[in-house]
Amino acid sequence: MADFEPRIVAFCCNWCSYAGADGAGVARLQMPTNFRIIRTMCSARVDPEFVLRAFAKGADGVVVLGCHPADCHYIGGNYRARRRVALLRMVLEQYGFDPKRLKLEWVSASEGEKFQKTIVEFVDTIKALGPTPLQKEAN
Amino acid sequence: MSKSALVIGGGIAGIQASLDLADRGIHVYLVEKDATIGGVMCRLDKTFPTNDCSACILSPKMADCNGHPNITTLSYHEVQKVDGQAGDFKVTVLKKARYVNPKECTGCGDCLAKCPVKNIPDKYEYGLTTRKAIYIPHAQAVPRVAVIDKDYCNMIKKGKCGICAKNCGKGAIHYDEQDEEIVLEVGSIIAAPGFKVWDAKIATEYGYGRYQNVVTAIEYERMMCASGPDRGHIKIPSSGEDPKKVAYIQCCGSRSEKKGWKKYCSSVCCMYATKQAMITKEHGDLQEDIFFMDIRSYGKEFEAYIHRGEEEYGIKMHRGARVSNIEEDPVTKKLIINYTDDENNGVSEEFDIAVLSIGLAPPEGAEEFAQTLGIELNEYGFCKTTVFHPLETTRPGIFVTGAFAAPKDIPTSVAEACGSSAKAGAWIVDENFEPCAPKVYPEEKDVEGKEPRVGVWVCHCGINIGATVDVPAVAEYAKTLPNVVVAEQSQYACAQDCLDAISNAITEHDLNRVVVASCTPRTHEPLFREACRNGGLNKYLCNMANIRDQCSWIHMHEPEAATKKAKDLLRMAIAKACLLEPLVGSEIPVTNAAAVIGGGITGMTAALDIAAQGYPVHLVERENELGGFARNFRHKEDGVAVQDFLAETIAKVEKCPLITVHKGAEVKDIPGYVGNFNLQLTDGTDAPVGAVLFAVGAGAYEPTEYNNGSDAKVMTQTVAEKKIADGSFNAENVVFIQCVGSRSSTVNYCSRVCCAASLRMAIQIKMNNPMANVSIVHKDIRTYGFREELYTRACQLGVKFLRYPVDNDLPAYDGNVVKAYDTVLGAEVEIPVDALVLAAGITPMREEKENLAKMVKVPISKDGYYFEAHQKLRPVDFATEGVYVAGTAHWPKFMDECIAQASGAASRMLTVISKDKLISEGIVASANHARCDGCGVCVGCCDYNAITLVEMPNGTLKSNVNAGLCKGCGCCVASCPAGAMEQRGFKNKQIIAEIDACLDFPVGGE
Repeated sequence: MADFEPRIVAFCCNWCSYAGADGAGVARLQMPTNFRIIRTMCSARVDPEFVLRAFAKGADGVVVLGCHPADCHYIGGNYRARRRVALLRMVLEQYGFDPKRLKLEWVSASEGEKFQKTIVEFVDTIKALGPTPLQKEAN
Repeated sequence: MSKSALVIGGGIAGIQASLDLADRGIHVYLVEKDATIGGVMCRLDKTFPTNDCSACILSPKMADCNGHPNITTLSYHEVQKVDGQAGDFKVTVLKKARYVNPKECTGCGDCLAKCPVKNIPDKYEYGLTTRKAIYIPHAQAVPRVAVIDKDYCNMIKKGKCGICAKNCGKGAIHYDEQDEEIVLEVGSIIAAPGFKVWDAKIATEYGYGRYQNVVTAIEYERMMCASGPDRGHIKIPSSGEDPKKVAYIQCCGSRSEKKGWKKYCSSVCCMYATKQAMITKEHGDLQEDIFFMDIRSYGKEFEAYIHRGEEEYGIKMHRGARVSNIEEDPVTKKLIINYTDDENNGVSEEFDIAVLSIGLAPPEGAEEFAQTLGIELNEYGFCKTTVFHPLETTRPGIFVTGAFAAPKDIPTSVAEACGSSAKAGAWIVDENFEPCAPKVYPEEKDVEGKEPRVGVWVCHCGINIGATVDVPAVAEYAKTLPNVVVAEQSQYACAQDCLDAISNAITEHDLNRVVVASCTPRTHEPLFREACRNGGLNKYLCNMANIRDQCSWIHMHEPEAATKKAKDLLRMAIAKACLLEPLVGSEIPVTNAAAVIGGGITGMTAALDIAAQGYPVHLVERENELGGFARNFRHKEDGVAVQDFLAETIAKVEKCPLITVHKGAEVKDIPGYVGNFNLQLTDGTDAPVGAVLFAVGAGAYEPTEYNNGSDAKVMTQTVAEKKIADGSFNAENVVFIQCVGSRSSTVNYCSRVCCAASLRMAIQIKMNNPMANVSIVHKDIRTYGFREELYTRACQLGVKFLRYPVDNDLPAYDGNVVKAYDTVLGAEVEIPVDALVLAAGITPMREEKENLAKMVKVPISKDGYYFEAHQKLRPVDFATEGVYVAGTAHWPKFMDECIAQASGAASRMLTVISKDKLISEGIVASANHARCDGCGVCVGCCDYNAITLVEMPNGTLKSNVNAGLCKGCGCCVASCPAGAMEQRGFKNKQIIAEIDACLDFPVGGE
């Protein structure tokens, strides 16, 4: 499993975390290529269906990134995202997924470094967990 | 065509003034002498008290300014001459030769890389790094265009070189360009040239320039900043090691009679030093000490910020400690700072870095600038203004904003900038005024039911993408994807040639979707959307794949994996694009009238400014008289009695045919939304208005301390002021006690105005009776800005100042003497009392504020004042559109600040009510009634109250989204259990298409 390269979907809100990801780019902070970003206007737009869809389609991990508490561009969207992710993790566990495969993190527009750190750590986490249980089943 | 306005200075103040004028339909010339707009703010790391990233919050405003159809940004231009008069100025402007054509330059930087002339101090980095002879001011420069420094360029000086022109793929460099004079005809002028930082070399005692580890605060700001020379890694300059101890020396260049120093307080340094100390702590564990005379945290939530710095971050605050000098250990280069501690012991302590909190001085060349404009400066060399006319210069039609009038922070500059645009606009808007015509676009093609035909452009971005990602392979790959009709590569997709190519291809290839794989949509989506509109395609049919910021730049050493990722990102973007639909923002009608709640100076000023541009105003005052709290003032400002100014203002308001005054009336409710409110009053009024201003003021604290009310010797400042004015104040031994009802265990803020008020009265008492013993017992004296002269004057007149410990209770008083602990003497002192004047603070009147707040759903801050949309850049706006705040309803403030802020709010309101209609953003939510079962989950989760349940004719409840209120976050969509909610532009099927396009294919798609 040494050459396992996880596939990760990252949902970023337009105002903070997507900007933070751009900031990582502007600062040329290097990180693994395993993730693909999908932009939504707010982390609260991340429908539980999106997360489940990504896992159903074979994603090894999903990370939802939003504005820091109290910093949400839309007043309180990130709090709703936080609740939804907490519930989703419970659901995922019931389906036999390690809940660590779904991560929520706050990254502000100025936190390129935190974005990098989050991605690096999450890729490590997923590498340690191995491929999605769906793939094991398919094999 | 109506006259344009001229804004001089492209810092935050100039940018905001331009945007407000432009949004009011007035054309603006924005003249900036540097090669980029952005001023000082774009060089700051973070901003207090929110610690927002400065560049992050400013950049969008810079881009707005640059792309606004009503703003002509003239960077690298300088004003030479101003002829004519208000309403009809002729301004000669020098267009300085840039030697690079901004229309051709793409900002790629290829020219810089090869320039042989190196080691020129970089002005943007305050000399911390160097640049070449051809340079782009900085990464976020607007316009992002190179410029040649003619003083260093070999080609311009000696005619030998020309390397940059050879390396410019676009042929944008022209060494023969000459300076050029242009003449602008404008109706009014706003001067916003900003400030310069004080020259720290004057303070020889601190060793700046001699000791490597003594830095100025502005240099330190760059050292801290992630975009700075060390990428935000703070190092000891002499050794490059991480610092263990940092000292901040306050009032460097301010509050001193010393030669070359400034007498005034620079207003912002206490806060920025605390911010720097806090941010530094976040970089690593270290000891930090701030040495100051008084800590001046008078602004909104500043006091709490200082507390956080002290308590959470462990920053050591040395009060009353002016550092006399700094010495350097010649071997270790450590700095030795001598100061007096709380126990009055002399202490000598070593530090790794000393940051000098340098003050703000008038801008470079202020005198010539004033001469050019024909305006006067004050004794400190700043622009001359008065308390009652804080935005007006001495020449009619020329207004001032920002730090050019006095040292001030960013939110004050922004509020004033808005205010100056209201004033400047009044010289342009008359009955014949024609707003700038909106741009005309070709008719949008009908794409309904058509098979998607996608055009793809993959950008090299010079070498930014191309050096890592195999761009030709990505473009070839795009051609293999379904629905892709054409896939092109472009050296610079954002350059005009490619934008034109996109517009043309829409017709040529009958495209109905456009996908650009380049940089981030956050900065460039508006540009490509505009290209689509120019080509007759709805702008929402454009999508971007971010293969630079989020791919090539972060995977520079993995070209193969990065190329695969770019292909994936492009495939995802195309998949979503195919499902995109044309959107139109809904048109919201606007009532061209305003409501102002509160008939004090703030409310009246705003009402007059709105009426001056021809719009009707309803002014509501719950008392039976206009005037508000200012009716209590008995003093003069700039030689004019407040009461005379007040009477004059009231007369103007009552005579103004456009202002309807509702006295003795209260607000019952304000239903509606931006452009469409109904002002319902207790007097039966029900008037439609487009925008609402809360100028309801604040209250005066009624002290129960010191037997106030029962002891005849004890009185508040308000009572004392009246007694002094009518001659009935004749006490010999007078004691003022500051911070009664402020800065206490229950009221955790500073009321801002009381120090100056006590000083003003103390001076008056001493002038009337030089033998009087006047003492002021205080925690800190907070006479910021030019108010410092009150402090100096009071000291000269022999007023005694006793500082009591900040965390102590109020000084004791037994009916005859005040007992106070003096931290300077280190002993308890007894002061005999004939009159005890209490500097009673300002109370928020939280209940009254909450009642109004509930009507329009605006927040209240933890201290009980209204909470604006953004503390830094939207100081008078609420997050709820169409509702504004000004004056002491926002925070305690002085009269001049209230007046400036009132004009600012008026300007913001004019940008709304001057329009016939507003276009809402297209990406709003909508409910599919066929699926909606009326559960109402979405209603509760909408923070903007945009969703209501409406009863259908058959009696069922259905969710209904008000597009005018919806901000497009999409929270309700994710919450809907029935799948009835959708967000346009971010529909479920569109995002799922992205997910599927990502995961249904192997990495890289092949």
